[in-house]
Amino acid sequence: MHTRVGVSDALSGATLDSRVPSGPLAEKWDRHRFESKLVNPANRRKYTIIIVGTGLAGASAAASLGELGYNVLSFCIQDSPRRAHSIAAQGGINAAKNYQNDGDSIYRLFYDTIKGGDYRSREANVYRLAQLSVNIIDQCVAQGVPFAREYGGLLDNRSFGGAQVSRTFYARGQTGQQLLLGAYQSMMRQVEKGTVKSVPNREMLDLVLVNGQARGVIVRNLVTGAIERYAGHAVLLCTGGYGTAYYLSTNAVNSNVTAAWRAHKRGAFFANPCYTQIHPTCIPVSGTHQSKLTLMSESLRNDGRVWVPKAPGDTRLPEQIPESERDYYLERRYPSFGNLVPRDVASRNAKGVCDEGRGVGESGLAVYLDFADAIKRLGVNVIRSRYGNLFDMYKKITNEDPYKGPMRIYPAIHYTMGGLWVDYNLMSTIPGLHVLGEANFSDHGANRLGASALMQGLADGYFVIPYTLAQYLGSTSFPAVTADHDAFKESESSVRANIERLLSVKGSKTPRQLHRELGAVLWDDVGMARNEAGLRKALARIPELREEFWQNVSVPGPNNMLNKNLEYAGRVADYLEFAELLAIDALHRAESCGGHFREESQTPDGEAKRDDEQFSYVAAWEFQGVGAAARLYKEPLTFEYVKPTQRSYK
Amino acid sequence: MRIKLKVWRQAGADKPGRLVDYLANDVHPDMSFLEMLDVVNEALIVKGEDPIAFDSDCREGICGACGFLVGGIPHGPDPGTTVCQLHMRRFKDGDTLTLEPWRAKAFPVIKDLVVDRSAFDRIIQAGGYTSVNVGGAQDANAILIPKPVTDKAMDSAACIACGACVAACKNASAALFTSAKISHLGLLPQGQVERHTRVVKMVERHDAEGFGSCSNEGECEAVCPKEISITNIARMNRDYLRAMLVTRDEGKR
Repeated sequence: MHTRVGVSDALSGATLDSRVPSGPLAEKWDRHRFESKLVNPANRRKYTIIIVGTGLAGASAAASLGELGYNVLSFCIQDSPRRAHSIAAQGGINAAKNYQNDGDSIYRLFYDTIKGGDYRSREANVYRLAQLSVNIIDQCVAQGVPFAREYGGLLDNRSFGGAQVSRTFYARGQTGQQLLLGAYQSMMRQVEKGTVKSVPNREMLDLVLVNGQARGVIVRNLVTGAIERYAGHAVLLCTGGYGTAYYLSTNAVNSNVTAAWRAHKRGAFFANPCYTQIHPTCIPVSGTHQSKLTLMSESLRNDGRVWVPKAPGDTRLPEQIPESERDYYLERRYPSFGNLVPRDVASRNAKGVCDEGRGVGESGLAVYLDFADAIKRLGVNVIRSRYGNLFDMYKKITNEDPYKGPMRIYPAIHYTMGGLWVDYNLMSTIPGLHVLGEANFSDHGANRLGASALMQGLADGYFVIPYTLAQYLGSTSFPAVTADHDAFKESESSVRANIERLLSVKGSKTPRQLHRELGAVLWDDVGMARNEAGLRKALARIPELREEFWQNVSVPGPNNMLNKNLEYAGRVADYLEFAELLAIDALHRAESCGGHFREESQTPDGEAKRDDEQFSYVAAWEFQGVGAAARLYKEPLTFEYVKPTQRSYK
Repeated sequence: MRIKLKVWRQAGADKPGRLVDYLANDVHPDMSFLEMLDVVNEALIVKGEDPIAFDSDCREGICGACGFLVGGIPHGPDPGTTVCQLHMRRFKDGDTLTLEPWRAKAFPVIKDLVVDRSAFDRIIQAGGYTSVNVGGAQDANAILIPKPVTDKAMDSAACIACGACVAACKNASAALFTSAKISHLGLLPQGQVERHTRVVKMVERHDAEGFGSCSNEGECEAVCPKEISITNIARMNRDYLRAMLVTRDEGKR
């Protein structure tokens, strides 16, 4: 079966309304909060809010909505809400506190984020994010998050890629862990109070709509295999990104697109799926057995210098290559940002030097990240205190000591800027379905700056959704709906049929084999550099793989107890549908922007070249059936405050 | 490399379990332990057999999902290492390794190497937080905290709740886990307001969940992949004792 999707027939020209409030940029959020409806404290417990996912966005939303008195149901696929993948974020969280007196401001964080996103995000959302960033740090410190401090007792900051100020707060190399535990603990406090009910070991397999409103979910109890129905007044998806579509990524192995994809199949538009972020500093692939790639925090680029040999094919050990024969290519090409250029720029340059045959290591697919100068300048103890846990992790995985020689790093899929389309209120195209954190598309445009994911997840959950959800609840009438409604029955039977289908194939390939094949297709042709021929090749190959999956997948074991292979098979099946949309979006966007690099569209010196005339819009896709042409809607992007220019870090 | 495995297979909490032999062929020294098990499972799936169930997620040692006994040691023989970060270069060709789930009354087996650790969530739920609602926080730099204090709090806060400490303890005590959170918050100014009520509530919940008492053997510290110190337990005991006096005085309990 070949895809019937051509770019021309997919373009429909219909537009989407982002519902951005009127007024000056700096006043929009204040004004919107005042104009939004409220829900009386005594009435809040009458509203049941279903939250799927317990990462930074989901846990912070559960905590803050529980504190307000809503009746919250919190679901996660892990055995505890404390294990969501936000926990693995290393480097830090941005906030426009200007504690360092180095020129930072809300406007500068806003500006850096818009520019870093290559002018493909919504000004009003990004400004709100920059405003709320300062509240996040205050809240987290009050929770007891042990951020790094100076000797005088004040909070310490470090700098991160894409910024010339130090605005990143951090807790050693475990910032995500500490922020997530802060949100988790706040949520568990509400569990003790009875406002939040924590329901772990559950996977959302369908969204239930009644009269066009999101009114519930169907979940599978991963321990017993039971299919369960939950009804409520609104559903919040906080289920993260889709990086594991590529098989190898820095994401946790259970991260998946299933909840978002199934909501998409029920009518939620999927926006900008081609905006994927490839992180420049990951430990290179060592063999086919590899199940994931490990990130080495971007903060390492503060003190590490990136280089490769000047001559192609130079196989000498790094210490044998004299200074004059090394090419510190980021410092050479981008003198003002140097090693701290944004992630997309650093990744593409690493690929570029490897394509020239100057890559290092056994595979030739790696560059050096060298700390020798920093150790000489600052001493080994300072470097150990800054990056000790990262150096240890590197040594554990590679058996090489980064205190003695340079690390070898290579880019890997890390984050996805695309996601379900949401308006300014974080509501999708399905009334009542709200999408928070990485699962939505809203704030990072075509490229996310380092230390901004944690900021967005917590802004959405602690400070945005409490207001915008009240507006939705207060302005909507809800017919009485229980989980016995026909819509739940219909949804449950489709979920059951899908599981039966997976179990009945009884083929000879494992879900992992098929996933690995899909990942290779995406990495080769929808990866760091994309072109029309490659994308068309991927679009021919993906439906074949999907066909093969349903002919030949093997899912042994029972359905009535823990069966991780069955869970995994369902997620791979969804990736095999989703991947097609990812490639279609990448094909239709015939410009380069941020993490989406089309080889046909580059400047003479090889930088990404946008086409604002044709592509200054958000591409939001409506599902039309598996393998059928998705319908494109556009949300035009207008820039009133930051004038789009060719992004330069030189 | 070839590794012989004896793996605990158990279909559920109320079902009998037994050790089953498997052979891991073509083990590459750069594989992580879980990647080696992935390969064993792939072969089982192709044969139409139920693969070995084990928990894992981030595979970089921070989420705390993974963990089982390797040769009787939680997370295997390397200190300060979760089993997902244990690499096969640590073992020799022909080694025989026995894999068993955490064994503790408070951690019932769900299947094979997977146990139910929800008791940990309920201990946190009892008081492992500062009771501050979103919205009212003062400026973050208004609270000055000496760097050594923050660093010490961070050492305690690094716990990943994997359960290795319980599995290593002959009393199946969760004292290290519980005390790590009590210390993290008890060391910081933000945690002082509820310091006494917190320690009492969390210790009581710990006991109610069926974890045993600490008898200071230090096995927990030895196996902790985050190298959390048993100093935390001493601090918890001090706080608990003081709380019993202070809270009685304040008429709170």
